[in-house]
Amino acid sequence: MNTRRKLLTGMGAAACGLVAWQASTRLPAAAPAAEVTGATRFPNVTLYTHEGKQVKFYDDLIRGKVVALNMMYAQCERTCPTSTANLRQVQKLLGERAGREVFMYSLSLQPELDTPERLREYVKRYRIGPGWLLLTGARADIDLLRRHLGFFDVDPVVDFNDLSHTGMLRIGNDRLDRWTMAPTLTGPEQILSTINHVDTTVVHTAYRAPEPVSLG
Amino acid sequence: MKSSFLTGCSGKLRPYSGSLFLAKGGQPPAAAVQDAPAQASRRTFLKGGAALMAAPLLMTSQKSFAALPPSPPTVPWQAILPDEITLVYGAPLSPAPTEAANIANGEAGRPPHQRWSEFGPQAEPYELHIAQRDDWVFNPSYPPQRTWTYQAAEPDLNTLAPVVFAHYGHPILCRIYNDLPAEHVGFGTPDVSTHLHNLHTGSESDGFPGDYYSLTKAGPTLTGPGGFKDHLYSNIYAGYDELGNGMGDYREALGTLFYHDHTTDFTSANIVRGLIGFYLLFDHLDSGDEHDPTPGALRLPSHPYDYPLGFADRRFDPNGILYYDQVSPEGVLGDKIVVNGKIEPVLQVARRKYRLRLLNEGPSRFYQFYLVRPNNVIQPFTYIANDGNLLETPLLNQTSVRLGVAERADIVVDFSRYPVGTELYVVNRLTHLPDDTRQPYQVVAPGVRVLKIVVNREPPEQDVSQVPSTLRPLRPLPTTAQLAALPVRRFLFERRQNMWAINGQFIDINVPRAVIPQGSAEIWELTSIDDGWDHPIHIHFEEGRILSKVINGRSVAVPPHERGRKDVFVIEGRATTRVLMRFRDYKGKYVMHCHNLIHEDHAMMMRFDIV
Repeated sequence: MNTRRKLLTGMGAAACGLVAWQASTRLPAAAPAAEVTGATRFPNVTLYTHEGKQVKFYDDLIRGKVVALNMMYAQCERTCPTSTANLRQVQKLLGERAGREVFMYSLSLQPELDTPERLREYVKRYRIGPGWLLLTGARADIDLLRRHLGFFDVDPVVDFNDLSHTGMLRIGNDRLDRWTMAPTLTGPEQILSTINHVDTTVVHTAYRAPEPVSLG
Repeated sequence: MKSSFLTGCSGKLRPYSGSLFLAKGGQPPAAAVQDAPAQASRRTFLKGGAALMAAPLLMTSQKSFAALPPSPPTVPWQAILPDEITLVYGAPLSPAPTEAANIANGEAGRPPHQRWSEFGPQAEPYELHIAQRDDWVFNPSYPPQRTWTYQAAEPDLNTLAPVVFAHYGHPILCRIYNDLPAEHVGFGTPDVSTHLHNLHTGSESDGFPGDYYSLTKAGPTLTGPGGFKDHLYSNIYAGYDELGNGMGDYREALGTLFYHDHTTDFTSANIVRGLIGFYLLFDHLDSGDEHDPTPGALRLPSHPYDYPLGFADRRFDPNGILYYDQVSPEGVLGDKIVVNGKIEPVLQVARRKYRLRLLNEGPSRFYQFYLVRPNNVIQPFTYIANDGNLLETPLLNQTSVRLGVAERADIVVDFSRYPVGTELYVVNRLTHLPDDTRQPYQVVAPGVRVLKIVVNREPPEQDVSQVPSTLRPLRPLPTTAQLAALPVRRFLFERRQNMWAINGQFIDINVPRAVIPQGSAEIWELTSIDDGWDHPIHIHFEEGRILSKVINGRSVAVPPHERGRKDVFVIEGRATTRVLMRFRDYKGKYVMHCHNLIHEDHAMMMRFDIV
């Protein structure tokens, strides 16, 4: 059940789950043609947050922001748990900047299975705090985003295998159209310094503990 | 089955091209003419059942991404390269350089210079500015456009990076100002760290990837931002402490070095922007003076007949503007070869010997260069140095130079063999599959002409330069017993999670993956288990000697041009290369990384510390 190959051949319980979820959420099966906004590099597709909110990818999540995005799925038992725990550390290092100055997003690689409800469970299980949205949507839209984010392999066999999915965290500053990445499995402080690098409001890219709050 | 499948789906095998080149329907553009056709794929793992399973997925793909369109056509042989390269000269610095970072006066927060008392006071001051300009012309067919450059305080606008001539025994204090705009929009970062590849220097002057700086930014391994940073290039040979002669071991001399941005995560983008230039190092043997009367001086062809040539693969968008894809995990394979900043330029030479110093600037393309007549008949030359290091003896009557990214070759060509008016071409016969940045493909004649050489004049004086039969001796290798007693470190270079890893780990600039006692010697075993990629592995700080090469399980002879000292080791396919390394004279943090800049920026780098 770990590969999109199996899902897309339309066999097994996965397909049933897909139908059920689509019925319950009235999500369109696939956007007929993804909207590519003029000057932007990312399609402005519709996604759903783990909180059940409908959002436009570019307008609501990216435009003008410093962001960090990765791919995951709730059933992933190989790299996702470690990656998620690692990104949770990054979120802690970001402190109050998370969700205010730096926005973290995780896109599901198995949108048919990862309903907002399942992603909400995932958020609880990993104690993911505010300022980090888990996202799902129509398969075609997720696939399109995946390619625009550089989360693919040119070898189709590797590309369509969820088990070998990307471990990159796409990091960028949309205002400056400045994009790079960090591995989700490297040290949290390394990831933080890459985020701080593209965030022009930050001078020191290394982690610095917050100033102690004055009690006087 | 494999080939027919691949042929049938060739348009979809390159499913992504970046948003700039989204197809509006119709046929995908033709692949770059100089490269191999798409159906010649050798992705050997795409076999039988796997292909059949993947096929329906390709068919159901919702979108059609076109292959990256080729760069627009250029008119060749319009730009004339200068007869003499542009040099940069020393000049006093204000404020005066200091051992510790001069933070109060705007220097970035680096650690204090090592060996300051030995080299600092007498170091000759140099000044370089990293700047943006908007008027560079790669080719008359393309509009003037933005590049980033290294400039002297009073820039020569004919070059993107002036050449530094340095001499052993004469330290240089190079102050590098970062004048890039902080609010730069588009690919590249205006926070920079200049590495001098491959000087034997303190880590605080090495251009460590975490040491990037600007007025508004401090890299993770700096204590504070700054508009400039001082680099103490001591210009000593490795073996300085070991020999105690105040100079080091002249057998360790470096010759053809280059400086370039090395900022974590952004090296590829910033080099594509233009941040790369030459630094040539001379000594009593290779003195840079063909008239040198000193006994033993090699009297190789010297300036202006000593001419560095940097080759860079670049892609241009349909408007002729430099293109780079910031999010593609494969990078961008350039289909235009930029030579010293120009596409298809002309170098006019006198009828005499020239020393040409060839560098593959990357980001990803490999080359195999030949010198040919207009009828493609191959012309011989003499190969004298690899990776900037003179060989023990010249290799005569050579016909080709193969360069992985960051590899260098110094060759001597005797143009006195040709009458005035003779036209020659430097051609690249090494192809890549279309848009394949992973490894080169095949050597195919006649190749692509990247530089025209015209013998256009008699020399103003008799050519007194020479290529002696011995160049620079090598320190003898340790005995077999001594080698067997050395510690061995193994490094596995592999594909992992859509990126590339060393020993299963990705770059973490804060954590050394090896801690090495200063003064020690070790054997580093560099191994790749994937045949889908070539990795030109660069080890900072000291040169290595190749002890053995095993490719696909078979021991292969080390080719003659790789029997000297090297700083880039191309791991081709499934291979293991054993290298003798020494770590002398300095301490601190350094890196080893793949110099395919896409691999480097996708985490194939590790820090090592000398303690």
